[in-house]
Amino acid sequence: MTVSSLHPTLVFFAGAVLLWVLPLIGRRALILLVPATAFFLISQLEPGTYCSYQLFGYELNLLRVDKLSKAFGYVFTLNAFGCFLFAQHLKERYEHAAALTYIGAALGAVFAADLISLYLFWEVMAITSTFLVLARKTERAYGAAFRYVMAHIFGGLCLLAGILLQVHNTGSVAFNGFELQGLPTYLILIGFLVNAAAPPMNAWLSDAYPEATVTGGIIMTAYTTKTAVYTLIRGFAGWDILMVVGCTMAIYGIIWAILENDMRRILAYSIMNQVGFMICGIGIGTAMALNGAVAHAFAHIIYKALLWMSAGAVLYMTGKSKCTDLGGLYKTMPLTMIFGTIGALAISSFPLLSGYTTKPMIIEAGVHEHLFWVWLVLEIASAGVFLHAGIKFPYFVFFAKDNGLRPGEPPKHMLAAMALLAFICIFLGVYPQPLYNILPFGAVEFHAYTLEHTLNQLQLLMFSALAFFMLLPLLKRTETISIDTDWVYRKGGRLFYRFCQRTFDGINDWANRVFAQEMPRLLARFFDEPGGNVQKYGYRLWVDASGINDGQTAVEEQIDRRSRSGAYPVGGGVLLAVMFLSLMAFLLFL
Amino acid sequence: MKQKKELDWFDHPQNVKRLKIGFYIVLAVLVLPDFFLHKHTLFSSIEAWPGFYALFGFVACVIIILVSKLFGFVLKVREDYYDRE
Repeated sequence: MTVSSLHPTLVFFAGAVLLWVLPLIGRRALILLVPATAFFLISQLEPGTYCSYQLFGYELNLLRVDKLSKAFGYVFTLNAFGCFLFAQHLKERYEHAAALTYIGAALGAVFAADLISLYLFWEVMAITSTFLVLARKTERAYGAAFRYVMAHIFGGLCLLAGILLQVHNTGSVAFNGFELQGLPTYLILIGFLVNAAAPPMNAWLSDAYPEATVTGGIIMTAYTTKTAVYTLIRGFAGWDILMVVGCTMAIYGIIWAILENDMRRILAYSIMNQVGFMICGIGIGTAMALNGAVAHAFAHIIYKALLWMSAGAVLYMTGKSKCTDLGGLYKTMPLTMIFGTIGALAISSFPLLSGYTTKPMIIEAGVHEHLFWVWLVLEIASAGVFLHAGIKFPYFVFFAKDNGLRPGEPPKHMLAAMALLAFICIFLGVYPQPLYNILPFGAVEFHAYTLEHTLNQLQLLMFSALAFFMLLPLLKRTETISIDTDWVYRKGGRLFYRFCQRTFDGINDWANRVFAQEMPRLLARFFDEPGGNVQKYGYRLWVDASGINDGQTAVEEQIDRRSRSGAYPVGGGVLLAVMFLSLMAFLLFL
Repeated sequence: MKQKKELDWFDHPQNVKRLKIGFYIVLAVLVLPDFFLHKHTLFSSIEAWPGFYALFGFVACVIIILVSKLFGFVLKVREDYYDRE
């Protein structure tokens, strides 16, 4: 195996193992060296498929190199470098080990050439990322991690079922564009969309990411959803349904982000909003739209990590993440504020920053296809991004009401990581050509910086800001959380449990009372004195029917006494015996 | 040793006022060229109006804020909502 076909995932997995034997200083170097090496390896890969192996009689390939997988490989490793620079202070081995395996698996999924390898890496990602939530070690994080892994198991099982049906139907494990619209492909699509946080399976993201550790949250933002974006580009480019899904996500993310109070939850919803843009681009499916989706994913990973870093730095220094507790932090964290604002402006696609050279490609591709509704929704969503991520996040965290917090700047390595990513945001905004060069779907015919386009965008953004500040009283932060689709399994699950408890325990109780208590009691009383009871019952019937009552209790007492002592007149017994025998004779012989 | 003076630029009302005036000037400057430029349209001639995107952004944001406010009446719950039985 030469350098040109060495799998980048291998580097990450080897790093995750090596981590357990190295001392702290070695670990610090290792976590930076691993993504740097992987980045170099990816740059050396020649197009083709490598690393084949046999499983279940199928020829599988772990390494498919083309421009699409390389583009995602570059940004995954570049971002990993920034994230691990930010995480230099962490001493625990297991969080780094989980992160390295998680990123390695994400790269594995991106480079996998067949559905089975893809599925294996997909599940490794789900499991290892759960540890980044668990590492927070709070009760809430444990709950969120449990729900997170359950949601991903659901998605994974849909994917697995789809893959098995697909392989059975077509006889091929190859992972290329799906053409047939049927149960297998829909199941695969659902599996991918669960990881992309498409509604209604979106709540795992805003539930789990904000509960993850400071560094875990930053790392998770990039890989799960963007691997899903990659697989959707590969498998479902041009599927119309994705335009609907994408537009829904773009708007959904904004509305929920505006309702939220927790800064990391605001940013979690803005991931959903941004992934919505990408998925919409995949649904449009033209070369320009797909290039736009890849470019936007690239830019998004970087500025989203930057935003999460600035939020993470605030959380690290203050221990608080709710907007109602924060505010006025520009006084003692000016650098963090500047980096966070660069990320916030980049996500809003402010001119000279990376969002501006990527996102409008998707919108323009929609315009080329004369998709009026797509254009309208995405323009509204563009204005909304500035509202919730561009202004709301920095305003309520760094400005607004001073809550008396004076934390100071985070450690130097965190500032360095933020500076690096902020530089990339500006670089791609000013000089996007290197990014355009690695885009997989043909040459880019898109010019972001025309006077008219820039002017339109600035008008859109600045008047959105005007709306924000004019309606500020309506946006007052409240100490609340917002119900999302996780209500179904968090509250709904409990309600279902209670409903079952009421219904089935009710039936159980009734059956217990009737069959286990009442009936045996009645039967026991009857069989205690069967003869006497029959007589008494017959006597009572006779009394009721005839209306003659001459000392009922006296008669019943006599019956009781007789049956208890067995003192019946002999003639009575003989009469009964004769009657019984004649009855039997009548029944048998006649 | 005298403590370093804290950064408190936004605490001064006159600074905020300056910022506001600057902001309004920027808004005006952004719309002004629309009156002189020939603008391309994508779907409708309305887009050629001066300040179309300004109006679009403003109205879109007002609608988004109002809609989320309405959603908030139903969706916002106390923080311990899921912890209570």
